[in-house]
Amino acid sequence: MRPVVALLLSASLALAACQREERDTRPQSALGSGEQPIPVTTLEPGGQRPSPADNKAASFEANAFHLSEGKRLFGWFNCSGCHANGGGGMGPALMDEKWIYGSSMESIHATIRDGRPNGMPSFRDKIPDDQIWELAAFVRSLSGNAPSSAAPSRNDDMMVHPSENRMPDAATLGKSP
Amino acid sequence: MKQATQLAAFCGDPVCTDRAPASRKHFGVLTATLLVCAPLLTAASQPPPAPAISPPATAAPPDDGQWTMPAKNYASTRYSELAEINEGNVKNLQVAFTFSTGVNKGQEAAPLVIGNTMYIVTPFPNIVYALDLSKPGAPMKWKYEPNPEPAAQGVACCDVVTRGAAFADGRVFFNTLDGHTIALDANSGQPIWNAHIANINIGETITMAPLVVKGKVLVGNSGGEMGVRGWVKALDAGDGHVVWTAYNTGPDKEVLIGPDFKPHYDMDKGKDLGVTTWPPEAWKIGGGNMWGWISYDPDLNLIFHGTGNPGPWNPDLRPGDNKWTSGIFARDADTGAAKWFYQWTPHDLHDYDGINEQVLLDMNWQGKPRKVLVRPERNGYLYVLDRTTGEVLSAKPYGPVNSSKGVDLKTGRLIENPDKLTGTGKVVRDICPTASGLKDWQPSAFSPKTGLLYIPHNNLCMDEEGVEVNYIAGTPYVGMNVRMIPGPGGNRGAFTAWDIAAEKPAWSLKENFPVWSGAVVTAGDVVFYGTMEGWFKAVSAKTGDLLWQFKTSSGIIGQPITYRGPDGHQYVAILSGVGGWAGAIVSGDLDPRDATAALGFVNVMKDLKNTTTAGGTLYVFRLP
Repeated sequence: MRPVVALLLSASLALAACQREERDTRPQSALGSGEQPIPVTTLEPGGQRPSPADNKAASFEANAFHLSEGKRLFGWFNCSGCHANGGGGMGPALMDEKWIYGSSMESIHATIRDGRPNGMPSFRDKIPDDQIWELAAFVRSLSGNAPSSAAPSRNDDMMVHPSENRMPDAATLGKSP
Repeated sequence: MKQATQLAAFCGDPVCTDRAPASRKHFGVLTATLLVCAPLLTAASQPPPAPAISPPATAAPPDDGQWTMPAKNYASTRYSELAEINEGNVKNLQVAFTFSTGVNKGQEAAPLVIGNTMYIVTPFPNIVYALDLSKPGAPMKWKYEPNPEPAAQGVACCDVVTRGAAFADGRVFFNTLDGHTIALDANSGQPIWNAHIANINIGETITMAPLVVKGKVLVGNSGGEMGVRGWVKALDAGDGHVVWTAYNTGPDKEVLIGPDFKPHYDMDKGKDLGVTTWPPEAWKIGGGNMWGWISYDPDLNLIFHGTGNPGPWNPDLRPGDNKWTSGIFARDADTGAAKWFYQWTPHDLHDYDGINEQVLLDMNWQGKPRKVLVRPERNGYLYVLDRTTGEVLSAKPYGPVNSSKGVDLKTGRLIENPDKLTGTGKVVRDICPTASGLKDWQPSAFSPKTGLLYIPHNNLCMDEEGVEVNYIAGTPYVGMNVRMIPGPGGNRGAFTAWDIAAEKPAWSLKENFPVWSGAVVTAGDVVFYGTMEGWFKAVSAKTGDLLWQFKTSSGIIGQPITYRGPDGHQYVAILSGVGGWAGAIVSGDLDPRDATAALGFVNVMKDLKNTTTAGGTLYVFRLP
């Protein structure tokens, strides 16, 4: 049975490849991209090991399209219901300089995908993986961690805070270090 | 008596009542009103009559010095007959003992005192402590840790609070955030039963204090911001099994509407209104939760409970009256069968939950003795209802209201203000009161000695913008950007003494922050409440004059109580620890740069972080 399925699958993939040029929109399976061993602490007995960076992080971060998509999805998946427009509510604030589970793209992606024990739900089977990366990129931009050239511009609606591309860096609150 | 009430209502001025000390202070005003109110003054010079307004005796039995339920009694008066602490000596109050709850989240609970023991329940993780009042310093007798599911914190709107426990028949009953109702042996702290009745994966939590009536523990669910269908359940106090469940939306059968249901107004009559006043299926995720207060009238054998806001907040997704949300039910105490219903806010536009306390009183209304129910409602009106029928006798605003233009006493319907209709893609500004209401859950107190209802409340307005929202079970279902601002005058809170007979305030105190604490009033004519700065205050029940205040370690949003200790003396207790929706900016460490944080409340509480810090400490006071 299994070889037949594999054959069918490869045939369909081959057909798809014939029809259009190669695109990078869904490079991996839509739901879940392998496990990433992202430590949620900087305390590692024996000294810090280099974190294996996910190559997806770089391709989504600082990308204007992905950031604006992330902003749209932030409302559509009700992230804003708990985290408001970054200031928080039922969930913690995302626009401040405090990161409970790490500030890296990989950590934020893992938080959205797998959830966290004190109330963050796991969206593993609800949000396609690439869209989780888009959300992670937008979450970082909320605290000024995205180049202003790429971060989304002002809202069409009630101005609740400066637009993401004008948000001062949370760590320095806009002051030069 | 009939004549006096009529005249009081006619004259209106507080000095027209029989409160002699207040009258003496205002001799000029007294002279001026003498001409109009002469007959009443003659009446007042006779021996003091029985209180013109008082709770039914069966719902408010003589004070035994204990505090067995957060509302003090089934009539929910929060009135104590203890009078050792009075207007004259309250200034001498000093700390008897303190106790750290170990939890720095919003402390909304009322302590309970039964015999020589005090019971307190903390916010999540909902630890219950028993303190031995008979020993110096009130040492811990036992504690019980229910270990609720930590994930529940992620579906608890507006901090992880609880509003307290209830005592009956040697047992302490309380609810956990993750949806359990638990009965403990009051002596040992051992669990007797544990009923799992709410599911956090669809957004249900439990934050209310249970009420025990005739061997049943009444509990409702929270989740009006998560698309949760509201219900009230009666659990058997003996073993915790569910005796009945009454939903607040859906088919009549599930709402427990049957042949006995006789609403007073036409708008509440019809078959399956809990289905037909919604778009198809929307009632299944339509809110109407019950997370506030229940009162009970033993004579009528009725319980009274409100229903929360419809979901989502954005009204475009739910055209119709959205029965049975933002209203009040009278139900049979044994079966839960609905007797009547009244909808405070049909098709709610502004998150006006209808779950505030209802104070049960007997009084003369326009010359006739009536059994009434008094409700300071979130939409800004002080309602007086006939609790046998649900008829509205009076609905007067007790603060600034512009979201509606009054209540039509013929149809019972709230008159909407067309300028304040919210919807998708539209920003509507300066709506008063806010989503948190002119008053939220914070319960008021009533004194039969003064005839006044002491109302802790807010003075806030807001901008609202409806936005698109998707229903995903277990996530918020709101669809509204909200930004709150201080109300007229700039004071964000007020403490108002409302003259129920005269339908107007007797006095009102301005507070900088919303008064998010409850109130208690005593036969010593002292009213206690707390502020979000952390002041615990005692004011005169007659005049509102500040008599004493004490600065606690954190902002106060709890419910004060007073009791007679094992030494025979009167004590006053309050939990200090800021949080709740109003204080979420501190307890949840939210970012004030986002005006919509905490559903818009952060915008108006930006300075709270510079005023107080999170805490969780019990303070108990006594005279030296």
